[in-house]
Amino acid sequence: MSTVVSADPLRSSGLRARFRKRIPQAWRTPLGVTGAAVAALWILVAVLGPVLWPYGPLAQDFPRLEAPSGAHWFGTDELGRDVFTRVLAGAQVTVPLALLLVGLSVVVGGVLGLAAGFFGRWVDETVMRLTDLVMAFPIVILAMVVAAALGASLVNAVLAALVVSWPAYARVTRGLVVGVRTADYVLADRLLGFSALRSLRTDIVPMVVGPVLILATLDIGTATLLLSGLSFLGLGAKPPTAEWGSMVSTAVQNFDSWWLGVFPGLAILTVVMAFNFLGDALRDAVDPRTAGVLGKAETR
Amino acid sequence: MNRLLDVTGLHVTYRGRPPVRAVDGVDLAVEAGQVVGLVGESGCGKSTIARAVCGLVKPAAGTVTVDGTPVTPLGLRRRPAALTRVQMVFQDPYASLHPRRAIGVQIGDGVRAAVARGAAPSEPAEWLRRVGLDPDAARRYPHEFSGGQRQRIAIARALAARPDLLIGDEPISALDASTQAVVAALMRDLAVDSGAGLLFISHDLSVVRLIADRLVVMYRGRVVESGPAQEIWRDPQHPYTQALLAAVPVPDGSGRMPAPPVDDARYPQDAVLR
Repeated sequence: MSTVVSADPLRSSGLRARFRKRIPQAWRTPLGVTGAAVAALWILVAVLGPVLWPYGPLAQDFPRLEAPSGAHWFGTDELGRDVFTRVLAGAQVTVPLALLLVGLSVVVGGVLGLAAGFFGRWVDETVMRLTDLVMAFPIVILAMVVAAALGASLVNAVLAALVVSWPAYARVTRGLVVGVRTADYVLADRLLGFSALRSLRTDIVPMVVGPVLILATLDIGTATLLLSGLSFLGLGAKPPTAEWGSMVSTAVQNFDSWWLGVFPGLAILTVVMAFNFLGDALRDAVDPRTAGVLGKAETR
Repeated sequence: MNRLLDVTGLHVTYRGRPPVRAVDGVDLAVEAGQVVGLVGESGCGKSTIARAVCGLVKPAAGTVTVDGTPVTPLGLRRRPAALTRVQMVFQDPYASLHPRRAIGVQIGDGVRAAVARGAAPSEPAEWLRRVGLDPDAARRYPHEFSGGQRQRIAIARALAARPDLLIGDEPISALDASTQAVVAALMRDLAVDSGAGLLFISHDLSVVRLIADRLVVMYRGRVVESGPAQEIWRDPQHPYTQALLAAVPVPDGSGRMPAPPVDDARYPQDAVLR
């Protein structure tokens, strides 16, 4: 991969040189950089919000179902709303909720996994059997059932997605903790008078955080897809909220107006791909050290 | 009059089917300023004794006291201050240091353990100097050091806690031959100079003989022979000790490796104690 990076035309600029020092080599793969750029772009769109919108996302001021043109880059929808504006506005719904979902999954799964790995015995048994229970169901179906039971709303869609997504984090965290827990350096620090809590904080958590954050980055794409999927099925965002999944859903009813589905679909696609590339690059960057979690990296 | 370390009738059993009786009735004592070498083949229960003395495993029966204080198994709470007087140097120097904390900070943890017991504060750099490392290296990380250097750092960390009893659990077996004797002698000198007792666990008799005052020979979870190191070296009484001594390679240029001790359950059960 590094040969590809050295062909980068930007490498000679001073800013780029400073950038290179800060960012690890493996991050600087073309895919990693592309992913980071696209993800940053979508986050920027979500943050800036109305500043970038040419029209109101709910304004029904235009002729209906008009093909893309200079005035309406992505055309207009069946209610005469500007699709370009709605795609940009959709970033404010899906991207923050996907980040929130992944953040909550990391917290819930991470805490349960830490407890399971660290305390072992019945805590471990209970948490692991719970993860088995959830993982035994097909993820999307279970999320649909939970979302339907809670009632259709964006908050409930996030909760439903949380129910299906925390076990992965619990399992990964538990595995890492079990690997580190009985390492000699942990025992040595306990002998020096560390309490279990201090040992967890100083000796164990820092070795677990890296891999879990990589998993989280890889998972942002999946979370986006899951949330849009629930909205597509009518179990998430309610009309007239501009949300990519529900926009694709209305496009299904107007199949000959291709722009209705293609542009929000492309938005979902780019977000998912961007975070996957970013996560992959991140994982490649830290992978040799993932073995270090088990305390043996330096011997290799 | 309390002995520094007094182990009486220690039994440790590991769960399993059938349960493993790793330590099967061991008596052991270490006096202040004394170096006791604990030798025996791999799997004979040496390390389990070290762990029991530190409270890392729970004895099935028997008592372990340090200067009269019973050793309690380590739970979720911090170790009682009185027990941080027992410190251990582990076998694998690649696993016994936190890979992501500067070595000075880790030695500082040892200093804090000593301060918590009322000892005067000391500088991590000073401990580095004492184990023969550059005092300016305190800000560096474990991966920047070789195995022998790491073991010195681990020794510095243990000694910074100003232990009264230092345990070396095979501390030299992961080092290459050129550093083994040096590190063993370093542990002895630093422990004895500070008035601490040293329980030095090893399967390498030729090194243990050089640093130990007393030897304790273990076989299958029991002590088979104990006594002054030179006496045992000169005149082993128990057949297993004789076999163990005969297995020490002698660099006589003959190119022959001596035979290891035969694993023979018919060894006499009676220990030779002197």
